[in-house]
Amino acid sequence: MKILVAVKRVVDYNVKVRPKSDGTDVDIANAKMSINPFCEIAVEEAVRLKEKGVATEVVAVSLGTKQSQEQIRTAMALGADRGILVETDTELQPLGVAKCLNAIIAKESPDLVIMGKQSIDGDNNQTGQMLGALSNMPQGTFASEVAVEDGTVNVTREIDGGLQTVKLNLPAIVTTDLRLNEPRYASLPNIMKAKKKPLDTTTPDELGVDVAPRVQTLKVEPPAERSAGIKVADVAELVEKLKNEAKVI
Amino acid sequence: MSLDFDSARLHNPFLTEDHEAWRSQLRKFLDSEVAPYFDDWDEAGKIPDEMWKKAADVGLLQLGYPEQYGGISEGIDLYHAQIVNEELGRIGSAGGIASTLLVHGIGLPPVVNFSQEHIKEEVVPKVLSGEKRISLGITEPSGGSDVANIKTTARREGDYYIVNGSKTFISGGMGADWISTAVRTGEEGPMGVSMLLIPTHLEGVSRTPLDKKQGWWCSDTATIYYDNVKVPADHLIGEEGHGFLVIMNNFNSERMAMIVNMEACARCCLDEAVNWAKDRKTFGKPLSKHQVIRHKISEMKQRINATQAYIQVVTRELSGGRGDFGDIALLKVQASETMEFCAKEASQILGGASYLRGCKTERIYREVRVNAIGGGSEEIMRDLASRQYQL
Repeated sequence: MKILVAVKRVVDYNVKVRPKSDGTDVDIANAKMSINPFCEIAVEEAVRLKEKGVATEVVAVSLGTKQSQEQIRTAMALGADRGILVETDTELQPLGVAKCLNAIIAKESPDLVIMGKQSIDGDNNQTGQMLGALSNMPQGTFASEVAVEDGTVNVTREIDGGLQTVKLNLPAIVTTDLRLNEPRYASLPNIMKAKKKPLDTTTPDELGVDVAPRVQTLKVEPPAERSAGIKVADVAELVEKLKNEAKVI
Repeated sequence: MSLDFDSARLHNPFLTEDHEAWRSQLRKFLDSEVAPYFDDWDEAGKIPDEMWKKAADVGLLQLGYPEQYGGISEGIDLYHAQIVNEELGRIGSAGGIASTLLVHGIGLPPVVNFSQEHIKEEVVPKVLSGEKRISLGITEPSGGSDVANIKTTARREGDYYIVNGSKTFISGGMGADWISTAVRTGEEGPMGVSMLLIPTHLEGVSRTPLDKKQGWWCSDTATIYYDNVKVPADHLIGEEGHGFLVIMNNFNSERMAMIVNMEACARCCLDEAVNWAKDRKTFGKPLSKHQVIRHKISEMKQRINATQAYIQVVTRELSGGRGDFGDIALLKVQASETMEFCAKEASQILGGASYLRGCKTERIYREVRVNAIGGGSEEIMRDLASRQYQL
């Protein structure tokens, strides 16, 4: 069984980003870049499936600038067998990414695609779903548990109010939620070995995909500052304020 | 640009994506396995035993040692090791963790480089796998800087050396299974000094903790006493009378490790101070909008920049096999002065917050002196440099 894992290069979750003064974007000059945490969970899940003997090959794919190679290498240090970079300098949006991944699926014919439910930069939460529609494959989103058996995959989904388990025929698409697993860290020997694993490069043009942005960013500004809270003396005052000031009850 | 820990690092053209991959994974290891417990370890005065195995699992212990003894050396260069010391600085460790968990970094190289083959095979793999520990014993109660005049003696008797004397300020000394020890086997002065690998389980070895320290609380620093200890003669490291050479050979890499860590600690203070200055409001505006604070921040960055640039130059030279002892010695002074300045200024910016334990600047401030004195004091470093200049 072959698993395709999508990994995205994003600003490291520890970096506190601030908008640029001209409001065109956030300032990420010199910022540390990392693999998107949800994508890392996807890699971990694929590697665990391989370690269990369920999967035979894990292919990591990323889209973006040449530097996205670093995140593919990280995925390979964590256990992926080889990598594919779809290289482009164009600003990527979910639909363009989904189309490219669909083209990769057509070439690679994976049995399972695992990807993050969203990336921590755009927070779009769209790519997996769009890919499901484009590839005509069943999708199990927000996975907190993944179990593969006999040509199907049971995906336990985190939904409002509880958990839902769906059974999908393979090939299928799974997007990962936070509690699916805790990713390992790659050891130094595995990082060195990852350098020798194959990494192919292609482009959206070669895949026949137009990735031109469809959504235009008008303005980026910091969230409004919260005003300081107050202490109330008792429950009666709290209820009074909720009724008359906040007007929520 | 901002002034967080990563953004405040000058571009280094020699750092590749391999280095950054190591940094990312190591950082994840430190953030999950070390940083959350660091304050507790400091208060407890020790690092839990299981950390040695964990450090070996991630490759920390093996970094830079020959593959044949279980090390990782293929594709490894000086920058991989520097990243370790830099990332330890990022979590606010100004040597406490390195001088305990990674103290083999000074204890083991003499064995790897100069011991007999069968000793290497016995010692090195066990240390690199985290099963056993090794420290370095040079400083004595009578003095530290004057290495040529150490007083601990090793007298040859048949197939053994009989060792008498004591060593103090020995990092990792309480937990060490072996200590690479400087002993006097001959005449007075540097030519009479040898290095001897002393197993701590031997009869006549005793030790007491040095646990009331200004900094490095998590480190099991010790005073070691040798009372007629019978050490097999094959435990001699290098040749008799060559100890001074072995020790000097060791000092440069120890100093570079401290230097890189000190710069990172300075940057850690900058990061903490800048975050605070942007959030904390006084007299109706954030601290960072007050000129007196802005200038402190600029001056910290100025000195950090200078230290980083100097580190880059020296590392480039060392990578090409052209390290200059004097330049390294002065770089150590540059780094400790920068760390001292940044710890002080960050502390002033943080105010009361930096007076409480749990703040990284608080620990770094307490650990300035051990860095300015240990591994060669600022005074000895300047003197060493001046001796290179044939004044």
